[in-house]
Amino acid sequence: MTGSVHNALVSHALVAATQSAGPPPLHATGIQNAGWLLLVLPGLGATVLLLGGKRTNSWGHLLGVAMPLLAFAYAVAAYVQMLGYPADQRVRELTVFQWIDVGKFQIPLGLRIDQLSICFVLLITGVGSLIHIFAVGYMANDPERRRFFGYMNLFLVAMLLLVLGSNYLALYAGWEGVGLASYLLIGFWQYKPTAATAAKKAFVANRVGDVGLSVAIMLMFAQFGSVTFTGVFGSVGSASHGVVTALGLLLLLGACGKSAQVPLQSWLLDAMEGPTPVSALIHAATMVTAGVYLIVRSAPIFNLTADARLAVAIVGAVTLLVGAIIGTAKDDIKKALAGSTMSQIGYMMLAAGLGPAGYVFAIAHLLAHGFFKAGLFLGAGAVKHEMDDEVDMRRFGGLAKVMPITWVTFGLGYLAIIGVPPLSGFFTKDPIIEAAFDKGGVSGALLGTAALIGAGITAFYMTRVMIMTFANGRRWDEGVHPHEAPPVMTSPMIVLAIGSAGAGAFLIVGNRLLNFLGPVTGVPPVSHGLWTKVSTVTFVLVVIGGIIAWAMYGRREVPVIAPAGSPITVAARKDLYGDALNEGLLMRPGQWLTRLSVFFDNRGLDGLVNTVAATFGGGSGRLRRWESGLVRSYALSMLIGAVLLVGAFLLVRL
Amino acid sequence: MVTPAHFIALSVILFVIGAVGVLVRRNAIVVFMCVELMLNAANLAFVAFARMHGGLDGQVIAFFVMVVAAAEVVVGLAILTAIFRARRSASVDDANLMKY
Repeated sequence: MTGSVHNALVSHALVAATQSAGPPPLHATGIQNAGWLLLVLPGLGATVLLLGGKRTNSWGHLLGVAMPLLAFAYAVAAYVQMLGYPADQRVRELTVFQWIDVGKFQIPLGLRIDQLSICFVLLITGVGSLIHIFAVGYMANDPERRRFFGYMNLFLVAMLLLVLGSNYLALYAGWEGVGLASYLLIGFWQYKPTAATAAKKAFVANRVGDVGLSVAIMLMFAQFGSVTFTGVFGSVGSASHGVVTALGLLLLLGACGKSAQVPLQSWLLDAMEGPTPVSALIHAATMVTAGVYLIVRSAPIFNLTADARLAVAIVGAVTLLVGAIIGTAKDDIKKALAGSTMSQIGYMMLAAGLGPAGYVFAIAHLLAHGFFKAGLFLGAGAVKHEMDDEVDMRRFGGLAKVMPITWVTFGLGYLAIIGVPPLSGFFTKDPIIEAAFDKGGVSGALLGTAALIGAGITAFYMTRVMIMTFANGRRWDEGVHPHEAPPVMTSPMIVLAIGSAGAGAFLIVGNRLLNFLGPVTGVPPVSHGLWTKVSTVTFVLVVIGGIIAWAMYGRREVPVIAPAGSPITVAARKDLYGDALNEGLLMRPGQWLTRLSVFFDNRGLDGLVNTVAATFGGGSGRLRRWESGLVRSYALSMLIGAVLLVGAFLLVRL
Repeated sequence: MVTPAHFIALSVILFVIGAVGVLVRRNAIVVFMCVELMLNAANLAFVAFARMHGGLDGQVIAFFVMVVAAAEVVVGLAILTAIFRARRSASVDDANLMKY
């Protein structure tokens, strides 16, 4: 730990924290001035693939892969240009066009290229490109592969808009866009009822969170007259504490929906119905981390409200335990990994809830997680691909011999996620636990303990996944002949494995990410060495978790039919009753309310209107009979009418 | 001595015969003739009153009625011929398609 540099950064961060808005953004120049390319490139891919129809089938996947690669190349160029600027001039903005122009309500579609957004852009386009390449092989036999790549490119546009937007409205547009892409891709195999239902569930759960975000944006506009980052962060300091806390909690609600945090966590496990590259890209590496981005991006708001920060940290701590416990009981390899994703994002949220002490570590863990979880999902995808779409780990076993590359890459991801030094997780997770304890007081101790226990459970469930999939004897059926996946699938896995192994050390050792992000997110007030007492305790817990998993699953053969299990296992298999809770608390009362209003509508409002309509309808039905078509009866009525008229005249005259 | 009352009485008798004929007869030709009878009953009343008052108005209106009646017969008989050709029947009760 280089103390003097760190102290200088601390003082700088304190200055930055007091003015809270940071240095004003400068205009983007040079390569960065073409930042719209990041949106246009995948946008072009999505447009061509989705509008081009079947005639693009033969080369569609190549275009779908080329666009993210080009975007990644551009992102690297923009990053290199940023490195050329001094630290206080790295926040750059550009206006693509005037988006909304109504009186005082002026919103440009602006992009902000700064240290935080470039981290995300590199992750999204880099890991995104790798997953696109993997998908070429994974989706090779799917007749709808072209449409798949169209949706994937659409997702990239929305995700990049989310992280690049220089105002909350652009962020919101991206936020909704990724929700749409997620919906389309979870339900990609919509002929499966489970996939269609899962897609709807994800969409609805996300809507709940989106309400929070949209109300937050409205509140910002009402309070500050602006929704740009610069405008909001500039005037948030003068807002009342209540408003700031409300903003923080509403943003947290949005983050909970998108990042599958308790209480809006239930959709993520079902989202595994989508193709595995989708799970890797959207539901592990990028989209589900958007909530963390939102919190860290809104740091100037959260820095002013300890209550909202505490809520974020509690949500994170609860989710990291819930996700981990669910992960321990799932036999579906993808769902076990999904539980793990929830849990890891819980760590990030916990870190983000610690304020400047944790923002950097949240992002560090997010980036490292992007590598190792994407790698793990691609590994799971390769296994699923070779096992004829089987996902039940009880029917795997002994795959290490037949799929050595997958075994090694998955194994590196496994070692990274449980935090074995010197792989990524060790460098990025330990500082979060450390920072939680540093918070002090009862809350700090509780949060830290939760994070510690979570690390132990992580080791348990990941070891379980590893053993059940790759170790022991074969449990798969007769007709299945797994062998190593083709190079187009293994090569992205290898790259991601290298990333999972090295990303943590790259980001943390020498405070590389800290120095880079510090001007935007602030710097932790205290610093620790790489190996501390907490690291030792964490490591011991990780080893214990691993040993328990080995004792339960490695030492003896895993039964193909799942045993009944303890009450906790049963609860975890049912996602800790998340669905039952939603059903009991929201769905059933909602249904009753619906039925009540339907009854009132049918009998009350409709009854009134229907009675009037029925009276006229029935009456005219009877009157209609007068129109008999008999000329002579018409003549008679004319005669009667004439006689009546004459009679009336005579009467009046008399 | 023939007084206007006689003319009016004849006119009423003719009108009633015409009206009853329109209501009870089925043959369209007869119905037409009955309509003519009613028109001429009215003409007779006009002319009688004109004579009584020594004015020309009623006589002029009688001419107008005759002209309109002639035009009406032309159009009516043309329709009747067309219907008869199509349906082989001149009964007004058979032409009853325009109903509920």
